[in-house]
Amino acid sequence: MDPLVTFCLRMGDTTLILGQQTAAWCGHAPVLEEDIAFANMGLDLIGQTQLWYELASEAEGKGRTPDDLAFFRTERQFLNAQLVERPNVDFAHALMRQYLFDAWHLPMQEALCESGHDGIRELAQKSVKEVRYHIDRSRDLIVRLGDGSDESRAKMQAALDALWPYAADLMATDEVEATLSEQGVLPDLDRVRRAFEAETTATLDRATLAVPENGHARTGGRTGIHTETMGYILAEMQSIPRTYPDARW
Amino acid sequence: MYAQLVETGQSEGTEQELEFQAKIDRGVRIEANDWMPEGYRKTLIRQIGQHAHSEIVGQLPEGNWITRAPSLQRKAILLAKVQDEAGHGLYLYCAAETLGISRDEMTAQLLSGKAKYSSIFNYPTLTWADMGAVGWLVDGAAIMNQVPLQRCSYGPYSRAMIRICKEESFHQRQGFDIMRQLCQGTDDQKAMAQDALNRWWWPSLMMFGPSDKDSVHSEQSMKWGIKQNTNDELRQKFVDQTVPQAEWLGLTVPDPELKWNEEKGGYDFGEPDWSEFFEVIKGNGPCNRDRLEARNKAWDDGEWFRDGLTAHAEKQQQHNIAAE
Amino acid sequence: MSKEWPLWEIFIRGQHGLSHRHVGSLHAPDAEMALKNARDVYTRRNEGVSIWVVESNKITAFDPDAAEHNFAAPKSKVYRHPTFFDIPEDVGAM
Repeated sequence: MDPLVTFCLRMGDTTLILGQQTAAWCGHAPVLEEDIAFANMGLDLIGQTQLWYELASEAEGKGRTPDDLAFFRTERQFLNAQLVERPNVDFAHALMRQYLFDAWHLPMQEALCESGHDGIRELAQKSVKEVRYHIDRSRDLIVRLGDGSDESRAKMQAALDALWPYAADLMATDEVEATLSEQGVLPDLDRVRRAFEAETTATLDRATLAVPENGHARTGGRTGIHTETMGYILAEMQSIPRTYPDARW
Repeated sequence: MYAQLVETGQSEGTEQELEFQAKIDRGVRIEANDWMPEGYRKTLIRQIGQHAHSEIVGQLPEGNWITRAPSLQRKAILLAKVQDEAGHGLYLYCAAETLGISRDEMTAQLLSGKAKYSSIFNYPTLTWADMGAVGWLVDGAAIMNQVPLQRCSYGPYSRAMIRICKEESFHQRQGFDIMRQLCQGTDDQKAMAQDALNRWWWPSLMMFGPSDKDSVHSEQSMKWGIKQNTNDELRQKFVDQTVPQAEWLGLTVPDPELKWNEEKGGYDFGEPDWSEFFEVIKGNGPCNRDRLEARNKAWDDGEWFRDGLTAHAEKQQQHNIAAE
Repeated sequence: MSKEWPLWEIFIRGQHGLSHRHVGSLHAPDAEMALKNARDVYTRRNEGVSIWVVESNKITAFDPDAAEHNFAAPKSKVYRHPTFFDIPEDVGAM
């Protein structure tokens, strides 16, 4: 596959699966204000997905629409980072997943604002504003709940322990990114990793949370290797278009 | 409607109450700190509370399909819509809070099953077409009731309704748009749309509450300007507006008695099954238990979150005091 | 039952150049969260460029029962309004 297509799918699949997981909280969040805030993030993520899929579709040139990409690919064809497919165990997991994602997403989008590819640069310039707000909010909640009650601290620490190993998958790169860097489509992604580290070190410290010692890195999502939750997410998300493949909605 | 069968207090006819009534009759809005009869206050708390609970529980039947919406665009629209319901619940709780009850108290009443919410949200959403039918019919019925409530005598409620009506104007349209797409689609899709109309038609008519002759609380509420139209008036208006839309879609309204009445310039239609309505109100609808269970779970599971943020805010406050 | 978050009143500047206007209320554990919640709750449709939050119980208001005498005096001062004065049409714009 064209590395540009692969990269756009890696980005779009990640925002889609996180958007899907985030959207599931609507009506079930701990407090009304949070129902609304979470839904706003979900909406931003779904919107960003559409933009990435349009770019992927354009680069691919096979006439697949964003909906074709979302609803008619299989588990092994989805290239999202494993972090975002981790389940909605509780709201602490949902928040921590969001924060770790944001801590990567913001420097990533900032870097992409300098992309040599017009479409990607324009996308990033639009999305980066949304992402700045996302991390303002998620970082703030991580600090407050980490440094909150004993119970909220324990919940956030448990979520961090569970999710930290998957953060590495956000930053996993291979020849796809290398090729795009050579072409000037992608800027230096090493600075994204450094920014992620600086962000999480400072914030988790303020939140009085400890990065797990035995943080074995889990990767594979970028090449379509997922955790067992992924198949269920797609089964649910794709059920209607798969049942009625000729229908339009 | 979203507030069905609201019990009302009665006016006792003291001089202060007569003055109050005169104010309402002059069209002056009552504000939170103004004197008001206890019956007025209690009726409003119950009505706004029921209305708010309906928005909150109303998130669930549609929320059921957010993760399965069949296109990215439909997913975003549905999520935005259900999010609006949460917002509307929030505005309404705030309006009720001006009357001296806290949101947590109202929430406790909902979760214990003591407070009521609209019967309509105790029906299941079984197919994607239900997202169309709910938007088109349920939001259509709701807006018919909510538009006149913008002129409600109680200022905070009236202002909340103005905001809500403005935001809700896209809700019914998105539902109709889903139905339209289905009705112009494959045979499976058309059948799905008809099935949804069949299941949602009668519960939608029941939303307006029992016939005026059986509605004991209407009269006082209308006098107080809390209610503007009778249940039957609004139901008739809803049928007259909706039947031509169903025809436009090529769908059949599931009422053999439905017939245009030239003389009254409206449709004659059948009587909903009121025994079903009262069963649902009593808690025996298809989804009453599931709905309350879901809301209880969200509230209980979220306690650590709410308390954790309170704890942090208190720590910060202590810290700030110490620093001063 | 745990302690309820306090209530906040939300004021939003709709567009540059306009005053902040009261739009509603919400709950939040402190002012900073109230601002964030207000952004999410009250500007979903692009309604604002600036937000103020004030804890509801910090607002001091006139007693509505005293409204009649609090606001009675200016009613008789009709000469404060430009329409009080009759300016002949041939004087031109004023």
